Amino acid sequence: MLQMVSRSATTAESRAAGGAAVSIHNLCKRYNNFEAVVPTSVEIASGDFFAIIGPSGSGKSTLLGMIAGYIDPSAGRIVVDGRDIVPEPIYRRNIGMVFQNYALFPHLSVAQNVAYPLKIRGVAKDEIAKRVRESLAMVRLEAFASRMPSELSGGQQQRIALARASIYQPSILLMDEPLGALDKNLRDEMQEEIKRFQQELGATVIYVTHDQQEAAFLADRIAIMRDGAMTQIGSPRSLYEQPKSRFVAEFLGEASIFPIKTASARQADQTCRITLEGGTEAVIRTGEDGGPGRFACIRPERITIGPKARGLANSFTGVVRESLYTPGSIRYRVELKDAGCLLKVRALPQHNTEVFETGSSVDIGWSVDDMTILAE
Amino acid sequence: MKQRSFLLYLPVALLLTPFFLAPMAVIGTESFSGQHGIGAEYVKVVTDQGIRTVLYNTFYVAAMVTILSLLIGYPIAYVLARLRGRWATIGIFLIFLPFWASTVIRSFAWMILLGRKGPVNSILLGIGLIEDPIRFIDNGLGLMIAMTYIMVPFIVVPILNGLRAIDPNLPRAAAVLGANPWRQFLAVTLPLSMPNVAVGCTIVFVTSLGFFVTPSLLGGDLTVVSMLISEQANRLLDWPLASALAIIVLLLTIVIFALLRLSQLASRRRGKARSGVFA
Repeated sequence: MLQMVSRSATTAESRAAGGAAVSIHNLCKRYNNFEAVVPTSVEIASGDFFAIIGPSGSGKSTLLGMIAGYIDPSAGRIVVDGRDIVPEPIYRRNIGMVFQNYALFPHLSVAQNVAYPLKIRGVAKDEIAKRVRESLAMVRLEAFASRMPSELSGGQQQRIALARASIYQPSILLMDEPLGALDKNLRDEMQEEIKRFQQELGATVIYVTHDQQEAAFLADRIAIMRDGAMTQIGSPRSLYEQPKSRFVAEFLGEASIFPIKTASARQADQTCRITLEGGTEAVIRTGEDGGPGRFACIRPERITIGPKARGLANSFTGVVRESLYTPGSIRYRVELKDAGCLLKVRALPQHNTEVFETGSSVDIGWSVDDMTILAE
Repeated sequence: MKQRSFLLYLPVALLLTPFFLAPMAVIGTESFSGQHGIGAEYVKVVTDQGIRTVLYNTFYVAAMVTILSLLIGYPIAYVLARLRGRWATIGIFLIFLPFWASTVIRSFAWMILLGRKGPVNSILLGIGLIEDPIRFIDNGLGLMIAMTYIMVPFIVVPILNGLRAIDPNLPRAAAVLGANPWRQFLAVTLPLSMPNVAVGCTIVFVTSLGFFVTPSLLGGDLTVVSMLISEQANRLLDWPLASALAIIVLLLTIVIFALLRLSQLASRRRGKARSGVFA
């Protein structure tokens, strides 16, 4: 952890010189009657790591394809450092891209693959050789220069793809599910690698994935896409702690979500009393109108289980319906008495933490700040 | 495991032994059974000026037909590879439509089309492009046109398969990296389709060496080796000479493909060595 912090500190200066600012204005894509991407606008700052996540078919790859240039937008502008790139052909955009299957040229060696964008740009031979060496050193594959891509492992191919996509200092680096084809352990390792790489380059990265953990680990900001629209954009923390919709709350991490039946008027201390379906009453703090038709949402680790729950603003008794010890956490499903609400609970096991068995009766509760209101 | 894997050759061996190797052995034996002493037929094939001209013509026509088929077939395959769904099916159907008529009929058709007073010459004369009719038939030009027309589908299919097997992300990646469409083609599509180009060229070249009907009808004064073999075997009944001719053609074909293969291997090694510059 310490190492990470010092790393980002040393790269702070290089970041200033790095990537381009991207602003997307009302960009959309229609296929006949189907809107793959509804008019979308978003600002991405220079050097930002911006992740786009969503289920398959949500339009995230279409959006990336429009930025790269191989999908023509139906309307809208993509402004990179003040210049609209939509009218420009794909090969003049000076964008870097890493594909899910890496798309390394199978008939060229590693060095030739990495050299290719420089060769096209007419860079002198000696200069190409020098920069290829530097670039391969950056992804720690200098020794593999004369290998063919098929002789490399998936992770190595991925790093070559990174080197090739960045050697010409593109204004933006696009990545389309770059870790999708790797196994879990390698994926974790490559996440670290990509993060380090981006910080060293200072590049603006737009990163598409369907893996929310990956996005949360890598990105400064995340956009969640659904049905061709960005439903919410924010930092990983704000998306997790203040989701605006049921979709976002469920897509990012776990949550217990209940429809709200009635709500009292807001009090002077910004709290109000709500009734959930099943009759459970709860006091919550809300900046928003917690009226009927909306949802109340609580994250599993915000719920206190055991005797400590008794003093909280919202305190109930319940029955443990499911109890599961997993490495790092104890997971429960607790049913509230007389209400039938089922809550997902996650407790951190410490040396003296009591584990409640299935069927046992427990105290359970949360404070006024732990529950959030979802507008839809 | 390794020892058993040669069993996979069994079906091929069962097919080739009675239908290719055995007849070749018979022909090989036959070629040494002449009355003028062992090997006399081979000496004749190599030294006889007339026979050497025939062999040269045969390989020249086959090579020209291969080049022409490639030049015409590659663009057709490229366009077909970009078609999707129904249009792709229609395209393939059209490519194979000529096969509904036999080679004899199609060769006759070209004879009529390319005749001195045929429609091609009439049109060219009519629009004033030429002043005298072009002599297609007696100089091998008409033969190469007709053979190319027959062979194009055989080169389109392997190239089309090769082009379809190329990951569409590869030319796309080249484009993102800065290559315009022409450079995308040169850097990615063309080299990756080369193995299939080689297959197509092989099929066309070898098939062209054995053409009989089309050269008989359209060859004019030009004789190819299949015509010579047929004449020796059927009319002059010189089976040993006919057999020796067949064996020589087979050997020459093997030599040509061995050289081709060697040059491929050499260029691949050069490619690896070139990338070593950066190592």
